[in-house]
Amino acid sequence: MSVSTARRLATLSAIALMAVLQAGCATSGNPRDPIEGFNRAVFAFNDGLDKALIKPVAQGYVAVLPQPARNGVSNFFGNIGDIFIAVNNLLQGKVPEAINDVGRVLVNSSLGVLGFMDVASDLGVEKHEEDFGQTFGWWGVGDGPYVVLPFFGGRTTRDVFGLALDLEADPVGRLANVPERNSLLATRVIDVRSQLFPAEKIVDEAALDRYSYLRDAYLQRRRSLIYDGNPPREKEDDSAAGSADRAVRAEPASAPMVAALTTVAR
Amino acid sequence: MKSLKILLAVLLLTVAGAQAQTPDTPPDVLIKSVTNEVLDIIRKDKEIQSGNSQKAIELIDAKVLPHFNFLHMTQLALGRNWRSANAEQRKSLSDEFRTLLVNTYSKALTEYKNQAIEFKPFRMKAGDTEAKVTAQITQPGARPIPLNYYLEKLPQGWEVYDIEVDGISLVVNYRDSFADQVRNGGVDGLIKSLQAKNRVVAAGAKK
Repeated sequence: MSVSTARRLATLSAIALMAVLQAGCATSGNPRDPIEGFNRAVFAFNDGLDKALIKPVAQGYVAVLPQPARNGVSNFFGNIGDIFIAVNNLLQGKVPEAINDVGRVLVNSSLGVLGFMDVASDLGVEKHEEDFGQTFGWWGVGDGPYVVLPFFGGRTTRDVFGLALDLEADPVGRLANVPERNSLLATRVIDVRSQLFPAEKIVDEAALDRYSYLRDAYLQRRRSLIYDGNPPREKEDDSAAGSADRAVRAEPASAPMVAALTTVAR
Repeated sequence: MKSLKILLAVLLLTVAGAQAQTPDTPPDVLIKSVTNEVLDIIRKDKEIQSGNSQKAIELIDAKVLPHFNFLHMTQLALGRNWRSANAEQRKSLSDEFRTLLVNTYSKALTEYKNQAIEFKPFRMKAGDTEAKVTAQITQPGARPIPLNYYLEKLPQGWEVYDIEVDGISLVVNYRDSFADQVRNGGVDGLIKSLQAKNRVVAAGAKK
């Protein structure tokens, strides 16, 4: 799948989501997942695609390439990813982290032989995880309803828009040489998928219902990422069942930041 | 002479306490020693490494479970539905949930590769009855994954009531699906689903 198709898909999904929301076909009692029926259908589609195509290819990839070689591939894509991780840290005002990321790219692209070795981590320069969805969250944009996109999987509405920007910015997707670009994109998908095998086994063991288990894990994880790993502990017991309170939870960005942004916008 | 004997006994007990866990073992020391002990065993055990869940379950039973408060975990996962469960249902729920978590945890241990766990500095005020021990799982070429343990002080010592891996609480993650189950089939419906799930997993482990 080419990037422009991917981008179009993301946009289409966003439009479809809006349409579904406006049609008001609320199918579940969960305020964070108002279009659960629709989402479950797309989830089943993605699952089918995974079983039929992506998973078997990833299994073959793991069987053929030894672990060190696969690590090299992951490092290569990780290095490319670090560029926009730096940009997103900068957009969140986290200058030391952004400098750290730029340092990683410089060190790994040179000493790490085009990024195939993660020398920076060995030197103690930690890898971060940032994207445009997190940047929006940091600036105070709320989650919005959960939506499962075809091919890309579950996202909050905010992260759907984040994903559109991530794809727009993606250096791999911007390569001029189309066959080269497409094989890199495909390799990246397989690389990511192959890393999910251990987690997949654990989820199969843990989940009563895979759909809601993965959804809730995603939502918890995104929240934690936006708070850089230190989210305030959620209220215990009473709030639980409906989780209505979580849907309207205040976001981490400081109010002055949001005020500044809106002032600039005016 | 007698007081000397008592002093000696106290000293011996304190030394013994440094090895075995006593009610006074601080939470961070407890978590560190249990984690290191379990990881040491796994690193040496080829059977667990090659996916023997049964062996991992035995290891967890012996080393980890005594420090977990399953009743509290189940209560957290049930949320407000906990109140509508009677004593007998609560017992079944926590038994089944315990089995589910143990199965999951043991599966996770068989997937253990060479990750290292680094503990962050631990802070606690005297008299605190709640504590959070923070650590991270480091692995080459990937961002470190945060790992948090939540503990509470009970008469028998500190006990874990929640674990967060990469921001995902293993307990809270069940809330919505448990709530769905209770909405559809009542508390008994949830118990039945948990039993069914555990049977499937047990059948898979024997293969």
